[in-house]
Amino acid sequence: MPDFLLFALLGGLGVAAVAGPLGSFVVWRRMAYFGDTLAHSALLGISIGFLLDINLNIAVIFCCVGLALVLVTLQKQRMVATDTLLGIMAHSALSLGLVAVALLEIRVDLMSYLFGDLLAVSQQDLYWIFGGGMGVLLLLKILWQPLLAITINEELAHVEGVNVPITRLILMLLIAVVIAIAMKIVGLLLITSLLIIPAAAARKLARTPEQMAIGAACVGCISVIGGLAMSWHFDTPAGPSVVVASLATFILLYSLPVKNQL
Amino acid sequence: MTHSHEPLIKLEGINLHFGRNHVLQDISTELHKGCITTLIGPNGAGKTSLVRVVLGLTKPTSGKIWQENDLRIGYMPQKLQIDQTFPLTVERFLKTARACSQAQMLEALKDVGVESLFTQSIHNLSGGEMQRVLLARALLRDPQLLVLDEPVQGVDINGQLELYNLISRIRDERGCGVLMVSHDLHLVMASTDHVVCINHHVCCSGHPEHVTNDPSFTELFGVQGGEQLAVYSHHHNHRHNEHGDIVPENNCQQKGSC
Repeated sequence: MPDFLLFALLGGLGVAAVAGPLGSFVVWRRMAYFGDTLAHSALLGISIGFLLDINLNIAVIFCCVGLALVLVTLQKQRMVATDTLLGIMAHSALSLGLVAVALLEIRVDLMSYLFGDLLAVSQQDLYWIFGGGMGVLLLLKILWQPLLAITINEELAHVEGVNVPITRLILMLLIAVVIAIAMKIVGLLLITSLLIIPAAAARKLARTPEQMAIGAACVGCISVIGGLAMSWHFDTPAGPSVVVASLATFILLYSLPVKNQL
Repeated sequence: MTHSHEPLIKLEGINLHFGRNHVLQDISTELHKGCITTLIGPNGAGKTSLVRVVLGLTKPTSGKIWQENDLRIGYMPQKLQIDQTFPLTVERFLKTARACSQAQMLEALKDVGVESLFTQSIHNLSGGEMQRVLLARALLRDPQLLVLDEPVQGVDINGQLELYNLISRIRDERGCGVLMVSHDLHLVMASTDHVVCINHHVCCSGHPEHVTNDPSFTELFGVQGGEQLAVYSHHHNHRHNEHGDIVPENNCQQKGSC
């Protein structure tokens, strides 16, 4: 197997393993549009990173976290409905990013940021994916109970001693980190699909949140392998191929003659 | 039973404003160990707001709240809507209360009469079953104070009586304090020690019979309403379990009031 394919496979599997459990929370808490909005701001992060000459991954994480904080603050003001607010932020952030890239005359391959460039994953990218991924999974494991508690009911969680705002903030932070490391794989326009399609597919067979989280990671890994195989054989773009493979898995699981577990 | 006068929570002069609305006006009350306190009042009287203040979910504009150190509260929300995308069995749901063994979980379910639901998905439960599972979960935390916001919502009339009986039995067995919110006063009266009737301020409070004879109570609910809300005082000689089968009453001993 050529190196670039091995790197692509490892990178993809690493991201899928983290995106599964975190994507389950995105599905449960109906944060799909929220995740999309954060992802759209990633390009702005890239241009800020170039401008300040700092590591691009760190710049993207900070940009996503910053946007998340702005979103939470604006949401509390209740000036506009949340989905309107998300719509404004998502597309403004993407446009600002595109404008900034043009103004700063940054020479970047836009397509690879928008749709990913899985086959160009470098060894350094792998460090980021596995380092960041391990960190996210570790935090998820430590905070699993409070995260489930706020997902079931925030008020009940508060009465039972969970610090709801902090837990919610950490979840957003984790999503921001995953977006930064997953951007290399599927690109900022497709990241949300890697979060929600495997989780939604795993829902079909899961009876507990843990089963769904692990199932989502498995579906994600199968999609990465399937997508890469498709890209290798038919010379299709790798990122979108992974998304197509996860869609195929989703359809396959839902057409199985198994009763929905509820 | 002589009621112990150990307070669990004391509210003093609680005021709560939402914008121009003065939702809670100078409310003072106490919740005691082993005592069932029922909060009644018309719609929009601030019952739920007061419960939220007690639970620490809403900060009052002014007033003092004292509570016992490390008070363990078992809270049963009015309604718990769990998203269909969230896979959850009754077993897994109970485990979110605290780390506990299967035997303890079955015990709690048995306590509220729904041990058969243990492996069921939470999305398949009826309204009454869900209320009981919520109660079982609250009990697993071994609470010193149970807070129940309209515990019988969506439950048929027999189920309501059954639930109120269950709540007073739990109080008898565990000696915990209970705070309930209700509007169906006539059903709740028989299983209540202390009634606080509020309409933004405390209209009257005390023993159920005392409250129903209070002029401000009659004024609030109307003469006819007051009559309709006459104390429900007859006792069943049997109960129904969750399947509707008759279960003989084995504990007829009536506890005294506080």
